[in-house]
Amino acid sequence: MAERREDEEIACREFVEVITDYLEGALSDGEARALEEHLQTCPGCETYLAQMRETIARMGSLPREELSDATRGVLRDAFRSWSSRRE
Amino acid sequence: MNVAAHDSDTELLRRLRAGEEHAFVTLVDRYAASMLRIARMYVPSHAVAEEVVQETWLGVLRGIDGFEERSSLRTWVFRILVNRARTRGERERRTVPFATLAQDELDAPFTAVDADRFLPADHDRWPGHWALPPERWDDSPVRHLDVMHLRTRLADAVAALPETQRLVVTMRDLEGFDAAETAAALGLSEGNQRVLLHRARSRLRKELEEVRHG
Repeated sequence: MAERREDEEIACREFVEVITDYLEGALSDGEARALEEHLQTCPGCETYLAQMRETIARMGSLPREELSDATRGVLRDAFRSWSSRRE
Repeated sequence: MNVAAHDSDTELLRRLRAGEEHAFVTLVDRYAASMLRIARMYVPSHAVAEEVVQETWLGVLRGIDGFEERSSLRTWVFRILVNRARTRGERERRTVPFATLAQDELDAPFTAVDADRFLPADHDRWPGHWALPPERWDDSPVRHLDVMHLRTRLADAVAALPETQRLVVTMRDLEGFDAAETAAALGLSEGNQRVLLHRARSRLRKELEEVRHG
């Protein structure tokens, strides 16, 4: 977006490509302002932003794995021998 | 990642160094899911990923007296993990280095949304604006039974992402690493980390759109 004039209007097609820079706080103040002004007048892009936020939130709820008891046992033993060697 | 989590890692590190087994086990369990998930991206099976996690913690114990806390404990542990997983993966599975994979993905053409959903650039009133705008998802609420389906489709879509995009989005949005930690652990610039994150999130949004609206 570097070549953009600050008063120039943003197109939706461009919005969907800079949305991550916006969410990451990587846009300049002027660029972020242009994007926010666009959002106020564009329901399509507002919806797109909400969908990106929902996507990020759903990623955070994917299931998590655990270590097997065997591996935890090996590591506990390793810690015991490590700590006894230091004494 | 919040400040309290950092503080508490620091406290656990202090107790670990003092020989307190419970502190070590707490750290092992706290990082287990993230470590397994990240290791699994480099190696061909869950069993090998467990071995990589195990080797990483053995390496942590060997190196802990020399760890000077210039980075957070978590960043240091994950850097060891990624190095080991990468070495192991290259030995067992492939020879393409991670940096090459990342560069190939960065060089590939990409659009977040199909071009035909926008009006053409020479449109007289609304060049580049939506022709087919996205529909609001909250207008079609997900039924309880559909939540599992949505989760499965999302997990499948993550699995189908190009490798470095999968790593970046997993570390950021599933495991909660910040941009700097993710870039450091994977040896990417923050700018390239952001491009890969953008591509991954955009593809996943598109997938969820297809699930919601068929």
